[in-house]
Amino acid sequence: MANELILLDTWVSPFGMRVRIALREKGIKFEYKEEDLTNKSDLLLKMNPIHKKIPVLIHNGKPVRESGIIVQYVDEVWHDKAPLLPSEPYPRAQARFWADFVDKKIYDTGRKIWTTKGDEQKSATEEFIGYLKTLEAELGDKPYFGGEKLGYVDVTMIPFYSWFHAYEVSGNFSIESNCPKLMAWAKRCMQHESVSKTLPDPKKVYEFILQLKKRLGIE
Amino acid sequence: MGKSEEVVLLNYWPSPYGMRAMIALAEKGVQYEYVSVDVVNNKTQLLLQMNPVHKKVPVLIHNGSPVCESLVIVQYIDELWAGDAKPVFLPSDPYQRAQARFWAHYIDEIFEFGRKIWIKTGEEVEKGKKELVDSLKLMESQLGDKPYFGGEELGYVDIALVPYYSWFYTYEQFGNISIEAECPKLVDWAKRCMKKESVNKALPDPVKVHDFVVMLRKKFGVDS
Repeated sequence: MANELILLDTWVSPFGMRVRIALREKGIKFEYKEEDLTNKSDLLLKMNPIHKKIPVLIHNGKPVRESGIIVQYVDEVWHDKAPLLPSEPYPRAQARFWADFVDKKIYDTGRKIWTTKGDEQKSATEEFIGYLKTLEAELGDKPYFGGEKLGYVDVTMIPFYSWFHAYEVSGNFSIESNCPKLMAWAKRCMQHESVSKTLPDPKKVYEFILQLKKRLGIE
Repeated sequence: MGKSEEVVLLNYWPSPYGMRAMIALAEKGVQYEYVSVDVVNNKTQLLLQMNPVHKKVPVLIHNGSPVCESLVIVQYIDELWAGDAKPVFLPSDPYQRAQARFWAHYIDEIFEFGRKIWIKTGEEVEKGKKELVDSLKLMESQLGDKPYFGGEELGYVDIALVPYYSWFYTYEQFGNISIEAECPKLVDWAKRCMKKESVNKALPDPVKVHDFVVMLRKKFGVDS
């Protein structure tokens, strides 16, 4: 059966990056379609009418939505190549828990850092560092959240590494000095081609949020 | 499996998330110890130890090891207690499984819409009402003519959604709406699920849920 894969995505989205990393880790060919979120394509609106969000993976014409769900789908369909989720139920539940933690806490708190000022920003920055430290504690002495190899939680979290510079400049703080072990983990992940090929230049991410702030009318 | 299984569920009776775990355990015929934690007034040491990250219920403790987050718990139960003619919640086909996960994820948003109705005031309540009704109608269209979202049997999406049925009365009272009038097929589906022991044992009396929310509103100072 011919496998036709189209990924609707945008270069700066950490959610889209998760899918790209997963596909690249498994050596799966896909067609990448860059979406302009200010002018969503008919295809995106047709494939994700409820949320109208990227990423959407279209596999032989059928859409899979929500980045975590897409990554699990890719892992299950191409289960023989570079498995991302553990094979045993308990470690798998832990991986899902931590991916859910990243989903619930990192993006929204990070967003507060670059959209607010003063006390609100300071509070968001402290909260953000707290979450990174929680992740650091979970990582412990393992090279990856997945153990000896890149796993589901690594793929879920590493895209935010390309946003760290934007958070740091906006909030005037250093992630490296607060969470050196997490930075070491991130650099280790970046040695994987699937990751280094996917993550954009952090400076470009920062320029992007500056432009986004202008567009959203945030000072 | 010769080793004795120790399964404990930390929960608080009004939690729709906890109800998901209870339904899943009952459907699989798993014996477990139910430990009630009043998360509003008194989070216990055990809860804080077993869920230090979120400090929330439900928590499934299996042979001393915790699993947190209701949908993670339901998937764990589905994967671990498999075979022997036990029901299966998630479809076996990866694409169908991805769709089931998508809808379960969407259902979590429904609780947030409903929450606006009873915790907010003014315009926010109206917004919540519209969002709730629209999302329930969307779920109704997803159900179509099937007896359950899972097809012929209760599945993952049914387990994710049916707990909210015990909260419908609360939404109706505070929002001055009739969910039955707006989504008759969905309410039919819920009543069908309630015929199952696993569901009707897990869902509390809707009037008790309403009284609980009245208490919460007082506590959060919503009612002046």
